[in-house]
Amino acid sequence: MSRGAIGRAARVLGVAAFWLAVWQLLYQSVGQEILLVSPAQTLSRVFELSCRADFWVSAGGSLYNVAAGFVCASLLGVVLGALCCRFRFLYQLIYPLLSAVKATPVASFIILALVWLQSVRVPAFIAGLIVLPIVFGNVCQGAAAADRELLEMARVFRLGRWKTLRYIYLPTVAPYLAAAFTTGMGLAWKAGVSAEVLANVRSSIGGRIYGAKIYLDTADLFAWTAVVVVLSVALERLLLACFRRIPWGEGKP
Amino acid sequence: MKLEHLNQAYGERAVLRDFSLELPDSGTVCLFGPSGCGKTTLLNCLAGILTPQGGTITGLSGKRISYVFQESRLLPWATVLENVELVLPPNHTQTALEWISRAGLLPYAGQYPRKLSGGQRQRVSFARALAYGGDVLLLDEPFHALDRAAAQEMSALLQQSFPESLKILVTHSREEAERLSDRIYFLEGPPLRVVSCREQTAR
Repeated sequence: MSRGAIGRAARVLGVAAFWLAVWQLLYQSVGQEILLVSPAQTLSRVFELSCRADFWVSAGGSLYNVAAGFVCASLLGVVLGALCCRFRFLYQLIYPLLSAVKATPVASFIILALVWLQSVRVPAFIAGLIVLPIVFGNVCQGAAAADRELLEMARVFRLGRWKTLRYIYLPTVAPYLAAAFTTGMGLAWKAGVSAEVLANVRSSIGGRIYGAKIYLDTADLFAWTAVVVVLSVALERLLLACFRRIPWGEGKP
Repeated sequence: MKLEHLNQAYGERAVLRDFSLELPDSGTVCLFGPSGCGKTTLLNCLAGILTPQGGTITGLSGKRISYVFQESRLLPWATVLENVELVLPPNHTQTALEWISRAGLLPYAGQYPRKLSGGQRQRVSFARALAYGGDVLLLDEPFHALDRAAAQEMSALLQQSFPESLKILVTHSREEAERLSDRIYFLEGPPLRVVSCREQTAR
């Protein structure tokens, strides 16, 4: 391990230790476990839960809901974004709708979706609805940032649509897409789990959080929240790692 | 090739106003004039980057046009080899390597443009344009980023390549114009106008 990597790891551990210490101090000063549980209690509860089969069923259920919404919305966002870059009128048609979706409170959509759909489908729908405008917006922004001079070069040398897309648009859009995916993944978990709570979806983390609220089980609430955070960060990292393996921008300054 | 009554303006500023010019089918023609007089706009019209707001260009349809831009315009995320290969049909890696070699950049074929000097990037731009070939080669201040020796090397490469095609060289260096061209148009502007024309019979 290089000295730089050791330094980085030490910094990360230092920051984590600081916030755990703050949490512990808060726990001690509040002194009521119904309001705040300690980091050790949370960790121990996560461990206890993870020894039960229904933990994995719930975590898997939420993972499925969020991933399904995220993947569908990302694909739709990329396709819509690409079409809107090609056909300006389509952008003018779609942009106000997606802007409205972005600005509308998630709770309104969750309640509407509960009226429209079966409750098990609501979390994936909501996760997708949150991700779609982000991916769409970033694809459009990335495509608009394509270097005009390179596009002129492509035109002179008659590169054609495929080469122009592959060699100019994709490397330009890639960082915007990566940013959309990281932001979108976090928001998809937030919105997806919120929808699970409001829809009280069984076999999901949201359903478990709802149960924790009913029984005022703060340790369970913290444990499931910790699971959401871990899953969200892990998926985000995995996604970025996959993204980096695609050789579309390695020489970019 | 005939350019007749071309008009092009950027807002209120007319760069081409009723501009006409007749160009031969081959040889090297130099458009010599001060910076900002409208030479690049004219080249961009010829390259199809700009559609003139008025006038016609005849004798260009179906012709293959290559361009050495003033800035190298290389893909920053592609290697030197990929940048040259880009303008070629598939499976022409060997052709790309030959042109890179002729531009003196073979050891840099796997490098990304950001690792190269300005002069080396311009050589890649030369290699790309020459690899693409074509009936008309447009050169917009192609030697400005090169030192004297490199400029001479590239101009020699240019003279050896595609003798049957038309090369249109834009420059504000009289020495370059006289050394490389068969015909020099002395220009002023904007709006661009031909002040005089000189055949370089001694070449």
